[in-house]
Amino acid sequence: MAETHLTPRNIPDRLEGRGARLLKSWESLLFVVACLIFLGNSLASPYFLDPWNLSDATFNFTEKAMIAFAMALVIIAGEIDLSVASVIALASTAMGYAVQLGFDTPALVAIGLSVGLLCGAINGLLITGLGLPSIVVTIGTMSLFRGLSFIILGDQAFTGYPDSFSWFGQGYVWWVFSFEFTLFVVLAVVYGVVLHKTNFGRAVYAIGNNQTAALFSGIRVGRIKFILFLLTGLMAGLASICLTSRLGSTRPSIALGWELEVVTMVVLGGVNILGGSGTIPGVVLAALIMGMVTFGFGLLNVPGIVMSIFIGLLLISVIALPILWRRARHRLAH
Amino acid sequence: MKILKSLMVTAAVSLALMANAAHAENKKIALVVKALGIGFFEAANKGAQEAAKELGDVEVIYTGPTSTTAEGQIEVINSLIAQKVDAIAVSANDTDALVPALKKAMDRGIKVISWDSGVAKEGRMMHLNPSSNALIGNMIIKLAADNLPEGGDVAVLSASATATNQNTWIAEMKKVQGNYKGINVVATVYGDDLADKSYRETQGLIQSYPNLKAIIAPTSVGIVAAAQAVTDAGKIGQINVTGLGLPSEMAGHVKSGASKSFAIWNPIDLGYSATMLSYDLINGAEAKPGAELKMGRMGTVKLDDNNEGAMADPFVYDAKNVEEFAKIF
Repeated sequence: MAETHLTPRNIPDRLEGRGARLLKSWESLLFVVACLIFLGNSLASPYFLDPWNLSDATFNFTEKAMIAFAMALVIIAGEIDLSVASVIALASTAMGYAVQLGFDTPALVAIGLSVGLLCGAINGLLITGLGLPSIVVTIGTMSLFRGLSFIILGDQAFTGYPDSFSWFGQGYVWWVFSFEFTLFVVLAVVYGVVLHKTNFGRAVYAIGNNQTAALFSGIRVGRIKFILFLLTGLMAGLASICLTSRLGSTRPSIALGWELEVVTMVVLGGVNILGGSGTIPGVVLAALIMGMVTFGFGLLNVPGIVMSIFIGLLLISVIALPILWRRARHRLAH
Repeated sequence: MKILKSLMVTAAVSLALMANAAHAENKKIALVVKALGIGFFEAANKGAQEAAKELGDVEVIYTGPTSTTAEGQIEVINSLIAQKVDAIAVSANDTDALVPALKKAMDRGIKVISWDSGVAKEGRMMHLNPSSNALIGNMIIKLAADNLPEGGDVAVLSASATATNQNTWIAEMKKVQGNYKGINVVATVYGDDLADKSYRETQGLIQSYPNLKAIIAPTSVGIVAAAQAVTDAGKIGQINVTGLGLPSEMAGHVKSGASKSFAIWNPIDLGYSATMLSYDLINGAEAKPGAELKMGRMGTVKLDDNNEGAMADPFVYDAKNVEEFAKIF
């Protein structure tokens, strides 16, 4: 009896090896930039390489980075959420109001997270339910949420947060590792796993690359998008708890302009603003770079506007580089 | 990539050079302002540099965020704590939000004072007000009286009837009115800090009181509107407009003669005094109620129960100096 064994044909799922891909990747470029900045900072200021100073420096980016993780998923899915900073303001105002009514820390945390979720749900419903473009909806809710804070607070401030509440923004888990930084690391891992190791993450990429194809492949596009907006809302609520705790007070102007810094962080992290690609390690590196640049320049008392210029240049160059690189390769090939 | 690299290297090298220029043995006093690029604060920095020069062993770090946010100011304060400055003198964007960051600074042995725009009591050692209500009340009537040796009728154009600041200043003014012989305050009207309403109220004053010699407007909106109304009524020379105003807005009216002089705090003196006070604290002076602290050429400041002190009389601007300050604020 002649048996014919069909040997399975090996089709490589990657054209290049893992190492080569990694070397050419965006993340390794960011890693090199991060190392250079770290080196530059250490050489330029004697105060940079101090564990406590570095720990203080992490507060420059941890809250924004929490939102940036969720924002990365939203942008990869081809959408955007510009209301996050206003969600921070509204959640903070709600917590401040609760303090006046005598609520304690656990209730405050619950309120902060719930307001964030609620805002996310409103965005999600308008976008997926009514099919409105996310940029329009979230520009609208950006004004709406902060507007509500202004109506409630006017030129006043909520203060008097309980002492135990200050731990979220000012407390340390172990040695120099603040609660915020620990949370940042944990969330980075969680988001990394969700985006890169789960079906949900695959679906997010699929939606960003071709929404129609994703829909016909059986991916519940609307539901996944709704979850993504819930997530940015939740993260904004979380960031609001940390920031409010760190400031120990609430004013309606809290976190003003942060939505753009969060988007900058995501784009700098190599997430395609048009959707479809990007990684969490990239966003982590971008957060570290932005934090180190701000802190390093701050140590040398470089005026803030120079930092903004530097971040702007960095952003433009990292966006332009791959395009230039592709063109150059194209030209060399022909 | 190459461009990026060379950019980074250039940045790092130039920063390194800047860092080495600082002298280690000097006392480092940071003047933290609401935001960089504001004339008022640039002027305060000028005063701070003057103080540093006078003191000799002081290096002033003039810094602040790009926009007037509390979060930006906290980032700046964190980097100052990291640099182990000796003192931080801050004009705060938020009374409460800076408190945790400034408390941390004080925990690490940094002297913290606020000036111009204050920080809540627990976040600073003392606060320097540019002036006090009593000094302002006295100054506004003095400005009117100085140009009226024979005495005469004066009227007050205030902001709104419920404006706390203006009401306090007017009450203080009335307390010292007896010191200025022949000065007769005939009316107080309210322009609500609106240019058009202030203008109309001034017109009303001019018509109702034909012998009016001066209008005191302790509000920067009112004083400009009043000067304009006096100009339009052709009463320059008969009615002198004075009070509190901004040099940049008042320069034209001083030039035309509608206002002979007016007052407001001097940002240069404010930056100078804040630096001097920081230096006092570094050298062991204690900020406690009743303490008297030295401020170089500005004399001394006495702290009240809240550890707040008033720097000086409001600074008088007239034809001699208004042009120079108009460029600043």
